[in-house]
Amino acid sequence: MRSDSGKLALILFMAPFILWIVLLIVLPQLGIGYVSLREKLGPRQYTFGLGNYIDFLMEPIYWNTLLRTAWMSILVTALALLVGFPVAYYIARIAGQRSRSALLLFCLIPLWVSDLVRAFGWIVLLRESGLISGALQWMGLVSGPVEMLYNDATVVIGLVYTVVLFMIVPLYSTLDGMDEVLLEAGYNLGGSSFTVFRRIIVPYAMPGVVAGCIITFMLTAGSYLTPILLGGKSSSWFTEQIYNQFITRYNWEAGATFGVILLGFTSLAIWLGLRLTGQSLATTVARS
Amino acid sequence: MDDLRCVGVTKSFGSFTAVKEVSFGIPGGSFFSILGPSGCGKTTLMRMIAGFEKPDRGDIRIKDQSVLKRPPNRRNVKMVFQQLALFPMMSVGENIAYGLRCRGKPKEQIRGKVTSILDRIGLPGVEDKKISQLSGGQKQRIAIARCMVLDPDVLLLDEPLGALDLKLREHMKIELKQLQHQFRTTFLYITHDQSEALVMSDAVAVMNGGRFEQIGPPKELYDNPVSSFVAGFVGDSNRWTGKLELVADGVARVALGGGDTVLATIAARDSIGAADVEVFVRPEAIRIGPGGDGATLSGTVDSLLFNGANSRILVRTALGQLVEVADQVGVRAVSEGDAVQISWPRDRALCFPMRAT
Repeated sequence: MRSDSGKLALILFMAPFILWIVLLIVLPQLGIGYVSLREKLGPRQYTFGLGNYIDFLMEPIYWNTLLRTAWMSILVTALALLVGFPVAYYIARIAGQRSRSALLLFCLIPLWVSDLVRAFGWIVLLRESGLISGALQWMGLVSGPVEMLYNDATVVIGLVYTVVLFMIVPLYSTLDGMDEVLLEAGYNLGGSSFTVFRRIIVPYAMPGVVAGCIITFMLTAGSYLTPILLGGKSSSWFTEQIYNQFITRYNWEAGATFGVILLGFTSLAIWLGLRLTGQSLATTVARS
Repeated sequence: MDDLRCVGVTKSFGSFTAVKEVSFGIPGGSFFSILGPSGCGKTTLMRMIAGFEKPDRGDIRIKDQSVLKRPPNRRNVKMVFQQLALFPMMSVGENIAYGLRCRGKPKEQIRGKVTSILDRIGLPGVEDKKISQLSGGQKQRIAIARCMVLDPDVLLLDEPLGALDLKLREHMKIELKQLQHQFRTTFLYITHDQSEALVMSDAVAVMNGGRFEQIGPPKELYDNPVSSFVAGFVGDSNRWTGKLELVADGVARVALGGGDTVLATIAARDSIGAADVEVFVRPEAIRIGPGGDGATLSGTVDSLLFNGANSRILVRTALGQLVEVADQVGVRAVSEGDAVQISWPRDRALCFPMRAT
């Protein structure tokens, strides 16, 4: 009797979560997977096979875009880590107890504005007739208007800006849990500042580093707005290819194939990252 | 030559002076304790020796060399922290090897040293264990081994037994003393627990309000305290306040009020000028029964407290004060409510001027 009511409670508690997972994640993914295996022969004539995947591999522009997206995502993740670590360290360990929450709130402020508006913010600053170009001309540093949009550097900067918060928060929470006395012990036993950083702070923060990297990498590789708006047509972002297949070309089979490939590819990248850092998904998520 | 010497060390935080003009020396290979209530400045003093705080005035000398200008990682003073501060992301072996690796020792040598120190502390073969797999007492020993493997000039211990349960604490007290004996390293031990300090130390400094009140071997502090603070803080004592009536030959006659008068030896370093004084008598000096003039009080037995060899009889005097009398087990000749006289050898009553608070 007891175990029955326990089971019922468990089912009731888990129901919303399971519905969410099944309806919004598992089923659509299965659908996408199904569509990706469907080859179009003619109007309403389909056969099943790996043809769509073979098409992807045969067309260099597709997999070059994927590789380019992957490399730039890794670059963005690395830069976000480089920028985010000092910020998280400052907030968690150096800032006073009272300014801490204020600083974290400042980090959150950009999230109150939608992605789209933030991207347009960059455009206002960087376009030919934009603020920075105007200021440079006014100071006499350049003779004519300068276009700072539509290049890779701008896309990377814009993406780092968008995702850096998701790096800071997990880093902050692991660094915040570190006892000051560990650092003192590190110095007391003869460690230099560099040794203490490398052998104590970084290993301690590793679960946060890995969690932050997973989140930022996933967000970057799957982002659409920022690369399109800041990079224009030349951004060649893989999500743009997916969008094009689904919407512009109305080729759902190819779009679904690209979607499955992106999911598989990012999962592979994360698995590799976890293997290389010696972390497991469980410890990473549990610690941060 | 002293392994560690502090000369006139002073440290203030804002308007609060945590450590005032502290001077002492610790001879090589001895076990020295600083005993004081929390907030007395003992932790600040230790952090200055380790290099985490800078003294405002004074000098700290290790093996006769001033270390004030050396950062913490360049001082050969190792510290066992109260929270132990073992690195959770490293194995036991890596924790112990950390300091050696900082010194750039070759790998082979490090492995040998780690193995031999684990043998010495009685935990052979735990190199690959995680810190979380160790018991409290084992963590304690690893924290000490992690310092001792570096052959420090002085080992600082900041209330390292505070986190352990009572039984283990009693055991670790003896073990620490044996470890110190075995390594022959100078230990500076900080505690607020007088029994830890008395049991383990060759010399104890009693610290109060940022100053050292008295430095000496445990027995001397216990038998001949120089201030009312030391008399009250080290060991159990009965404390009575009264007015000074007469001083003759180093003996004071003190009126406790209500017509009771006691004679007490003046033990303070300075002569007593104040009229308000405190008289201390240890429970084990008092016995039931009449005694000499000025060393007897009468009262009634209030309660009997059984605690094995530490059993006590509480006697309420005519003034309503409770007096603790040590009671040998089984020698209970009295029962609650009896009218009794209590007495003590006259030289066991010590008189100090009232402390200005």
